[in-house]
Order: sequence, then structure tokens, then C-alpha cells
Amino acid sequence: MSLYFTREHEWVRVDGDIATVGISDHAQQALGDIVFAEVPQAGRRVAKGEEAAVVESVKAASDVYSPVAGEVTEGNAAVADDPALVNRDPEGEGWFFKLRLDDAGEVDGLMDEAAYREWVTTL
Amino acid sequence: MVPFAGYQMPVQYEGIIAEHLWTRDNAGLFDVSHMGQLLVHGSDADAALETLLPGDLQLLGDMKLRYSLLLDDHGGIIDDLMATRRGRDFYLVVNGATKHGDIAMLENSLPRGIVVDHMKEQALLALQGPRAAQALEKLAPGVGELGFMHGGAFRIADHPAWISRSGYTGEDGFEISIAATAAAMVADALTADDAVNPIGLGARDSLRLEAGLPLYGHDIDRETTPVMAGLTFAINKRRRAEGGFPGAMRILAELENGAPQRRVGFDVEGRQPVREGARVLDDQGNEVGRVTSGGFSPSLQRPIAMGYVATPLAQAGTALKLEQRSKLFDARVAALPFVPHRYHRKGASA
Repeated sequence: MSLYFTREHEWVRVDGDIATVGISDHAQQALGDIVFAEVPQAGRRVAKGEEAAVVESVKAASDVYSPVAGEVTEGNAAVADDPALVNRDPEGEGWFFKLRLDDAGEVDGLMDEAAYREWVTTL
Repeated sequence: MVPFAGYQMPVQYEGIIAEHLWTRDNAGLFDVSHMGQLLVHGSDADAALETLLPGDLQLLGDMKLRYSLLLDDHGGIIDDLMATRRGRDFYLVVNGATKHGDIAMLENSLPRGIVVDHMKEQALLALQGPRAAQALEKLAPGVGELGFMHGGAFRIADHPAWISRSGYTGEDGFEISIAATAAAMVADALTADDAVNPIGLGARDSLRLEAGLPLYGHDIDRETTPVMAGLTFAINKRRRAEGGFPGAMRILAELENGAPQRRVGFDVEGRQPVREGARVLDDQGNEVGRVTSGGFSPSLQRPIAMGYVATPLAQAGTALKLEQRSKLFDARVAALPFVPHRYHRKGASA
């Protein structure tokens, strides 16, 4: 299993041809208390960079972009029911959706975990 | 920390929701030193100020506060403020983002004998919440005797302070004007109390939204009048009869006949916040207003908003749609405030 990040602070964890997508710990901290999350339905096709989910904190609304293209296999009902889960466990239970990758090679252009953690310290 | 009105201000400390709920249950300390504190003095300062705002300052009792509005010639709101009579002088607290414009306007408009001092060396702290009085009484004995919208001179932790029973959260509480050099010491002394936590700008906004209080530059501005904004309590009987304030002709006509739009609250269906800028639509899809403030209510655990609608639709319970980023939300006009005020009114039973 490998973990990648985007400059928009999404993470994607790849296991075979299934990718799980969420927002980073840095992103949830910047957003503050999360009060709303909308996740995509299974079966929806998303392009790389397309808005696939919505996350809103008390302060602000933002889109969650899919870092990779594919077909959604599951939206996380747990974060839609309890949006604060994204604050509590952003890179674990607070994932947004899973998708079946169109092209497993697409993650190669993303940052690996070490590069991302280092990059966010410069922001 | 974020830049605001030339100041570095904290949005949050431990988190907006936690700070918000703490203030509703305990006492929250806000640094609002960005706000403008002005002292207007000179002979007949009350009558002079009445030419610029619609409040009754001549009848305002000593040490009493009044909410008022600086108006332009069209009745638009230049700023909202608190005015306190201190003997023959008036102490004004105006908004941070508008203070320099206000000062210039006051200096240009008031007669030569009236002097406007900008009290730049004064900091302003607000202590708000049901445990505020108990906490402040320990440091500034006697403040518990103040009724809502009354002020007085006190000593706090051995520093001279001007303290009023007022605020912007809907809770009981105080605003404390002290020398900037003493502010950190006073803030530390207050937060040393178990009942008191520091609160950022984020919770200040969610608290005032629940309390139905307008935020200048968002819910009120030069495009809105006191009648549109539902702030007619700021114009008493004598001023209505006599006029003599900027925009009086329009405002008196609106008092008589109503304004085309009214400021209202919105209860929003679902869980997604609807924010400033969303369009308000009637059941035919016509735009009938705009959302001017909106967000998630920590106390009610659901989205709430404030904005303007065409007056015939301003009745509580009216079903409307809000449109934000091409998505429609069901909403109903709600009476303000969303969360009841708990001011310490002297003589009130409670």
C-alpha cells in the first residue's frame, strides 16, 4: 500500500487498483471545526482534478478534488453523518471516498508522504 | 492569526465551536482593541452629534449607553456604534474597519467647538457569558451593580478602567476600556479565572449571528437604512417627530410606509451552511433578496443565516429557497434572535 499527497492537501492511499481519498491533517487543521461533508455516490466517474466531494468548516467551504481518475466504489457515509470525524482522524477513518483507478500509473506524478510533510512545513 | 483592519487578530484559539459554547456556558474574553474608541467633547456635544445620528443623546442619562448609527444623506448606514454619555462628553465605540472614515466625517461635520479625540492608547476587552459578572467582580469590585447598557469608572487589577455592561454575543457581559500598556496584564488576570477562556474572531462572529446582531460591512452598509435593517429602536419618538438627522426624509417615510426590503433570519434545511452572497429566491425562482451572513450555529447545531428579503416575504415562517454555487437550499424566514438574549436588565424579573 502506498500513500501520496497533492498540493491541494488531498491524500490518496493505493491498494491494488483501489484508491482511498481524503484530506490531510494539515488541511483539517487549517479548516478548523468541520460541520459538513458531502461525498460522491458509488458509480460516479470522476476525472483527475475534478471536484468530487465538499467539506465545510465553521469558517469556510472547500471542494475536495480527486487526485486520480476512476469510478467511485464507495462514499464514506460515516463522515457525512459525523463530519467532525474528519477533524479527529483525517488520514484514517475520516476518508471521503474510494475509487477504482483507471490508470494505476497516475499516482506517480503525486508527492510521496515524506515530500508532502516537508513541503507543508514551508507553507 | 489574520490581518484585520490593520491589526493581527486571532481567528481561533482551541477551535471556534468549543470557544463559542464556552462563552454561552461560562465566560469568554475577546480582544476587540481594533475597534475605535472616541471621546467627543465641547459645548452641546449631544445636540451636535444628533445632527449626524438618529439617537436621542440629549435625553440620554449619564453613564448610559445607546446603540446608534452614523447615517449618510440618503439614510444609508455609514457605521453602527455605541454612544455613552459621560457628563457632557460622549464616548463612542465604532467599528475597526470604519473608524478612520468615521473620525474624518465627525471632524468635518461637527461644529468647530466640538473636539473628537481618538483614544489610540486605549485597548478594549470584552468579557461575555453567564459567568462574566462573577469573574469580573473579583478584579473590579462593584461592576456587578451595573445594569445592561450602563457604564462607569472602575479599577481593574489596580488599573483605571471604563467598564460597561454591554457586548456583541447576546449574553450578559462587559466591555472594558483600559490603557493599552495594561491590557496584557488585565487579560492575564482575567484568564487566570477558571471561568474565563480567550475567544477568537471566529466565535465572535458565530455568537453575534445567533444573537441576530448585524455586522457592519456585511449585514448593514450604505445600501441599507435603519428601517430595512430592523434597527428602528435606535430612533426614539422625539427624533421621529423632530427629524434633523441625515436621510431623515427617507427614513421617516420608510417608518411610515415600510421599506422595500427587510433584514430577516433564515433557518436553513439540512446541514450545509449557506453563507454571505447566496441569492434568496421565491417559489417562482425570482430573486427576492440576498444572504448577508450565514454559517453553522454551534449552539443550535444547524445552519443559520441572515439577509434581506422583499418586505412582503419577511414574515417568520415564509418558505424560500437560497441559492449557493448553483445549489438550492430550502429555508424559512426566522425571527431574530436565533438564540435568546440573556442581558442583565436591572429591575427585570429573572
